[in-house]
Order: sequence, then C-alpha cells, then structure tokens
Amino acid sequence: MQLELKDVSFIYNPGMVYEVKALEHVNLAIEKGQFIGIIGHTGSGKSTLIQHLNALMKPTEGQIFYEGEDIWGEKYDQKALRTQVGLVFQYPEHQLFETDVITDVMFGPRNQGLSKDEAKVRAVRALVQVGFPEQYYNSSPFELSGGQKRRVAIAGVLAMDPQVLILDEPTAGLDPAGRDEILEQIRFLHEERGITIILVSHSMEDVARYADRLIVVNDGKIPFDGTPKEVFSHYRELEAMGLAAPQITYCMHALKERGFDVDVTADTVEEARDNILKALGKPLPAPENADKKPAGKAKKSGRAGRR
Amino acid sequence: MLGEITLGQYYPADSVIHRLDPRVKFVGTLTFIVALFLVKGFLGYVMVTLFLLGVIKASTVPFGMMLRGMKAIIFILLITAVFNVFLTPGEIVLVKVWKLTITREGVLQAVRMAVRLIYLVIGSSLMTLTTTPNSLTDGMEALFSPLKVIHVPVHEIAMMMSIALRFIPILTEETDRIMKAQIARGADFKTGSFINRIKNMVPLLVPLFVSAFQRANDLAMAMEARCYHGGEGRTRMKPLRYTAADRVGYLVLALFLAAAILLRIFGGGWI
Repeated sequence: MQLELKDVSFIYNPGMVYEVKALEHVNLAIEKGQFIGIIGHTGSGKSTLIQHLNALMKPTEGQIFYEGEDIWGEKYDQKALRTQVGLVFQYPEHQLFETDVITDVMFGPRNQGLSKDEAKVRAVRALVQVGFPEQYYNSSPFELSGGQKRRVAIAGVLAMDPQVLILDEPTAGLDPAGRDEILEQIRFLHEERGITIILVSHSMEDVARYADRLIVVNDGKIPFDGTPKEVFSHYRELEAMGLAAPQITYCMHALKERGFDVDVTADTVEEARDNILKALGKPLPAPENADKKPAGKAKKSGRAGRR
Repeated sequence: MLGEITLGQYYPADSVIHRLDPRVKFVGTLTFIVALFLVKGFLGYVMVTLFLLGVIKASTVPFGMMLRGMKAIIFILLITAVFNVFLTPGEIVLVKVWKLTITREGVLQAVRMAVRLIYLVIGSSLMTLTTTPNSLTDGMEALFSPLKVIHVPVHEIAMMMSIALRFIPILTEETDRIMKAQIARGADFKTGSFINRIKNMVPLLVPLFVSAFQRANDLAMAMEARCYHGGEGRTRMKPLRYTAADRVGYLVLALFLAAAILLRIFGGGWI
C-alpha cells in the first residue's frame, strides 16, 4: 500500500465558534499506479484531504502512512515526503515567481539538494512531459498565457520526480482545448511513468474518462469509493450531495425509461455509443475506438506534446 | 498556518457591546487610551483595569481571543521594557553592573509602560473584535465628516480603510495558500539563518504582490462598473442612528474619563 489513512480526522479552529470538522474518521488506502478521481462539492473536505497526503496538514486524530511509514512519526522527514508526493494546487500558476520559466521549474529540484545542472535536466524533462514549447524556456512566466502558465506550474512539481502526483482541479479556468491537453498529459504521465495520480475535479465527465477509481467526499466523510461505474450508479445519492453523474449516463437512463433496452452504466460518450449499437444489434466500429480511453484522443495529445 | 492576526478579525456574538453604535465604540476606545495614559497611582490602574474587565465581560468575547493579539507586540513590549529598565534615571539604584544601572524608577516605569501597552492592545482589539470592519469604518466616516469642510477626503479615506480591512483575511488566506504551494515544492520558511530566511521569502512575496495588484485592479474595475465615483451624493442603506443604549454608553465613558482626570489630579500615592 503506497498511501494509507487510518481513522483520520481534522478539525479547523478546535474549541472555537468557528470550529469546523473538515474530515471525520476517514480511512483510505491508495495503491501504487492507480488513477484516482476525487469528487465532492465545494467545502466537502477534498482540499483538506489531499493536503494531508503530503503532510502539509497534520491530522487532529489518526495516522497517515506512506510506504508503510507513519509520516508524523518522530524521525520522519516530511520535506522528503513532499518530493515523493507532489501536490499541484488549484490555480498553480499563482505560485510562479522566478524571472524565467526554466529557473522556476528548477526551484523544486534545487530544494531537493540537486546541483544546478541536475536540476536543469530534471526541469527540461518535466517541461517536455507537460508539453511546454522549448522556445519559451527563458521567457518570464508572467508573460505566458493561462494554459502555458499552468503547464509550467505543473512541471514545477513534476520536476521533483514524485511517485504520487496530486492535482487539485488542474483544468479550472482553462478553455476546452487546454483542458483536454492537460488531462491527456496527465494520463500520459500515468501510463509512461507509472506514477499514482490523484485528480480532484468538478467534472464528472473528466473523472469518468480518466480515473479507474473514484472517491466521493461529502461532509468530511467518504460515502462512495469504487470504479466510476459503481459510484455513478448511485447517481440519486450523488445528486443529494450536490454532485451528479456524467450527462451521458442520464441520457442512457432516459433511453431505458422510454423502453429502449440498453446497458445504462456507460459514463463516456464512446461507451454509450457502443452500448446503443449493441442494443440495436449493429456491429461495433473499429476496435481501437471501442476502448474506454479512445486512442484518437491520445494521438492528439502526442502532437501537442511535441509542439 | 497563519491566522494569528486578530486585528480586524470580528468575533460574531450578540452582546451589549456588539450592538453599540460603532461611533460610541470608536470614541470609547479613544477615551480608554487617553484615560490609560492619564491616570497616575495605584488607584488609577485599578480603575482602568476594572473598566476594561467590565467591558470584556459585557462583550462575551473569550479572553483568549484578545491575548492572540499580544503575540504581535511581544517584541515591542520587550524592547520598551528593556529601555525603560536601563535608561530611566533615578535616585534609588537597585543594581549597578558596569555602565548599566537599574533604578527603582526604571523598574516601575517599565512595569507601567508594559501594563499600558498590553491594555492598549486589548482595548483596541476589543473594538475590532466586537465591530465588523464595515461598521467600524462607517462610524469613523460619520465621526470625521465635519473635516469635509476643510476638504479632507473623509469618505475616500474611510473607503480605503474598509477595503484594506476587507482584504486582510483574503491576503492572509492567499499567503497561506502560496506558502503551502511552495512548501510542497520543497521551500523552507522556518529554518536557516536570518539572511537565508529572508531570501526564502522571495517565492512567497513575488506571487503575493502579483496577486494583490491583480486583485486591486479587478476591484477598481468592478467599482467603476457599478458607477462608484466617491462620496459625493452617496446615501446609505443603513444610516447610523443613536439608540438609548448608545447614550448610556456615552454617559459611562464621560464618567470614566472624569474619574481618570480626578485620579490624575488627586490620586498620587503608591506607584
């Protein structure tokens, strides 16, 4: 087990009028190489939860283990943990501060104690991995577009070579093209480098498409934890929590209600298409497209990466 | 991580003090400070202490909240204490080491200043704890409005103050977030030499300034979009009006100040 939370609770401002229980007896085990989606409405405790995973917040109660070691144990080095568990905050471009892109990305590796040259190698690799164009390596990060800034900020965390990458709404405020590119890059990292990804998102479509495990956070607890299909089958309960299932799942349920005998569990458009074709008894299109994670999309990102 | 800054932090409750008109509370705080530096003698300090305790009790704000503001002034407190102890000339010398002398007067002066500073901070945080920043600046604007006659931009100053106060928690939160983001990238704000720690502030300060300017710009735009053009002809949704409780408040303050003046004149003894 890579990361494990045992009975973790966190209370903001304990003993005061403003006391808020952000996490209540959370138990969670995350295995290496998983792609996890975390959903929950604003203020549900998601952000608090992910900040516990790299020791930015200390639980009021309970223990957290990374690779079997208690991260709040006496001799544990939290600084080293943070390079293992990389956390990309919401709007990470707000943390850029250096005069040029490459130096900013080198900040993390330099803090790890690497030499300038080593840090630069890491920085370049991270920038390539997020698909950041080489001609801007020496420009000021403040002159870049929103999407490019976001890439630089993600590269800043990636350059530390983390084993777990946590991203808090990495696509917030981006246009659809920028959003797809960032998400495809993240999937590429997951597949190529085998790192564990924890993606916090408000988009049910995104988590359905990319995650293989979905964790729902509500009022500091985890009511659902399973594959996206399992979780979205509880869509009525999700709605009560201010969440929902992907639009396409509703479409499938509507079809079923009108008497069309179709498998309603589809959570991506491609899968829905296949299910409908199956129900109609028509042949499926070419097998590569039948995959839940369509190859066509991945190709597009490959192009973006080289650009 | 942050959140130790009490100044400008409102403590929601429904007490006599909370309900008072902000003007009364502002005048009250000033009166308290004046009285604090007016009184002489043991009896005077007893009276000021009793008054402060009474207001704290009436405000229902937990005492711990007020002490939080103390952290910020501990440094100033120590410096004034040290200077007072060593640099006050006096006749009764208690200790004499090398060129440093400690006199009885010096010790007393240090204690007096320390008490005054502590009361000053508690008194003023009592005002900010029981008054929302907005009503506080409303009160100030109303109190200072006579100055408009000599072309002091009272409204604009009040507006700037309420914006500044409003942004303290936002910027605190922002600082906290950027700090965490940089810590997640291996930054270290807590250890290292003094020079190093200052250098380590750069990754925090640059993004903070960038975002502060951005916010200022956005706010200016939003205000212009709503046709804000300064105080000229501006009316209020909730104009300030004195109630019976406020008049009683003024009466109590007047009596308190009178007592302080009397104690200054007649209450020598002891300290």
